[in-house]
Amino acid sequence: MNKIPVASYLASIYLFFYLPIVVLIIYSFNSAQYSLMWHGFSLRWYHELFADTDLWIAALHSLVLGVIAATIAMCIGSLAAISLYRYQFSGRKLLYGLVFILILSPDIVMGISLLILFSLIKLPLGFTSLLLAHTTFCIPFVVVTVYSRIISFDNYIFEAAKDLGATDTVIFTQIILPLLWPALLAGWLLSFTLSLDDVIISYFVAGPDFEILPLKIYSMVRLGVKPEINALCSVTFALTLLLILLSQLALRKKP
Amino acid sequence: MKHNSGFKQLSLSIIWIWLLLFALLPFALVTIASFLSHSDTRLIEPPFTWINYTQLNNILYLRIFKESFYIAGTCTVICLLVGYPFAYAIAHLNDKIKGVFILLIIIPFWTSSLIRSYSLITILKPKGIINSTLIWLGFIDKPLALLFTNTAVMIGLVYNLLPFMVLPLLTNIERLDNRLIDAARDLGANRFTTFRRIILPLTLPGILSGCILVFLPAMTIFYIPDLLGGSKSILLGNLIQNQFLIAQNWPLGSAISIVFTVLLAILLVIYWRSMRDKTHQDLL
Repeated sequence: MNKIPVASYLASIYLFFYLPIVVLIIYSFNSAQYSLMWHGFSLRWYHELFADTDLWIAALHSLVLGVIAATIAMCIGSLAAISLYRYQFSGRKLLYGLVFILILSPDIVMGISLLILFSLIKLPLGFTSLLLAHTTFCIPFVVVTVYSRIISFDNYIFEAAKDLGATDTVIFTQIILPLLWPALLAGWLLSFTLSLDDVIISYFVAGPDFEILPLKIYSMVRLGVKPEINALCSVTFALTLLLILLSQLALRKKP
Repeated sequence: MKHNSGFKQLSLSIIWIWLLLFALLPFALVTIASFLSHSDTRLIEPPFTWINYTQLNNILYLRIFKESFYIAGTCTVICLLVGYPFAYAIAHLNDKIKGVFILLIIIPFWTSSLIRSYSLITILKPKGIINSTLIWLGFIDKPLALLFTNTAVMIGLVYNLLPFMVLPLLTNIERLDNRLIDAARDLGANRFTTFRRIILPLTLPGILSGCILVFLPAMTIFYIPDLLGGSKSILLGNLIQNQFLIAQNWPLGSAISIVFTVLLAILLVIYWRSMRDKTHQDLL
C-alpha cells in the first residue's frame, strides 16, 4: 500500500508531540537568558534549578501528596469496584452512574465546589484540603480501572470458595487481592499521575503554606521566560524515560 | 450469609460516605450558593436571589459562553480529523512495533502539561521557531502574530487533548473485525463506501468517547488560554476562576458553573440518545 504518505503523516504527528519537548531540552543548555539565539552551551540553568530549594520543597510536597492520595484512592476505589461486582444492593446503579458522572464532570466545577465546602466547614486550605480533593478525583478512575479488570474474572472461583466455607474477608484476602494486584497497581499509578499533574482542582483548594509543584510551575511560567523551567522539563523527561526503561526491563525478566 | 454482610456493609458505607461528603454535598453547596448574595465581608450570605442568573443574560457573558463552545467544538473537530487517520494507521501497524508507537503517544503525558504548553510560547513567539523558519524560507517578511491569539489557544488545546481522542479511537479500531471490511470489498463496495457504511458506524463509539474526552476539558483548562491567549481570550474556565479567586463573587461564579454543567449534561444526554438510536438502527 502507499507506505510513504502514511509514514510521513505519522512522523509529522509525532513531531508535533515531541517538538515542544525537544525545544525545551535544547534551550535548557543555552547560556542566554532571554534570547532565542544560541549563545553557547552551559549548565547554568541546571545549577540554578538544583539550588532552588523552594522548587524542591514543592516537588517533595507533590510526591508526598500523590503517594498518600493514590494509596487512599486505591483502597476506597477498589473496595467500591469489588462491591459493585459482587453484591446486589439498592443504589448499585446509582453508585455506578455517580462514578461515571464524576469522571466526566469538569475539573473546575469540582474545584469550586470543594472550595465552597472547605470554606463552609472552615478547613484551612493546605495539605488536608489538597489530600481530600485529590483522593476524591482519583477514586472514580480507580473504580473504573479495577472494575474493568474484575469483570474478566471467572465467577466460579468465588462460588467454589464460598462452597468451601470461605468468608468474604477470606475471599478478599486469599482470592481477590492476589488476582487483582495488577489492576490495583494500575489504578494507583493512574491516580499518582493524575495527582502530580493536576492544576485546575489544586488551584482552588491549595493554600500558601503547602506549595505543590504544578502550582509553583504555573506561577513561574506566568511571570514569563524562565530558563530554569527548561531544565526542569529536561530532568522530568529524562526521569520518565528512565522509569519506562526500568519497567520494561523488569517486565522482560519475567518468564 | 450473616457473617458475610460485615465486609459488604463496610466497603459500601466507606465509598458512599466519601462520595456524599466530597462530591454530592459540595455540588449541592454550589447550587445553593448560586442563589445567594455576597458582600465585602462575607463571600456568601443569605438573601435568596435570582440575580446571579439574570445577570448572566448579558451580552458579555453570552459571548464568552458562545466563544467557549465554539473554540471547544472546533478543537474537537480538528482532533477528530487529525486523530482518526493517525489512530487508524497505528492500529494497522504490526504488533511488534505498535506497542512502541502507543507508548510514544503516552510519554509526553508524563511531562507536566503546563511545561509543554509553556514550550509552545517559545515556538509561537514573534521570534520563535515557526516565524524564524517561515522568514528564513522567504514565505513571509514580517513575523505572524501567533502568540496571544485564539489560534495559539487552539494549537495549545489540540496539542494537549489530541491523545484523548487518539487513545479511545485506537482501542475501538483495533477491535474492528477485518472480515467485515473484506466482505464489503468482495461485494463490490469501493473504499469510500466501505468506510462510510462499515468502518465509520463500527467506530462510532470510539469517536463519541474521544469527542467527549476532548470537548469537556477544552472548555475549562483555564491555564492554556491564560498562557497562550494573553488577556484577549477569556473562556468559561477563566471566567469561573476569575469570579472565585479575583472578583471574589462566589455566587455569580457558582451560577456560571451551574449553567455550564446543565448545558454539558444536556449535550451528554443528546449524545447518549443518538448513540443508542444508532445502535438500534444497526441491529434492525
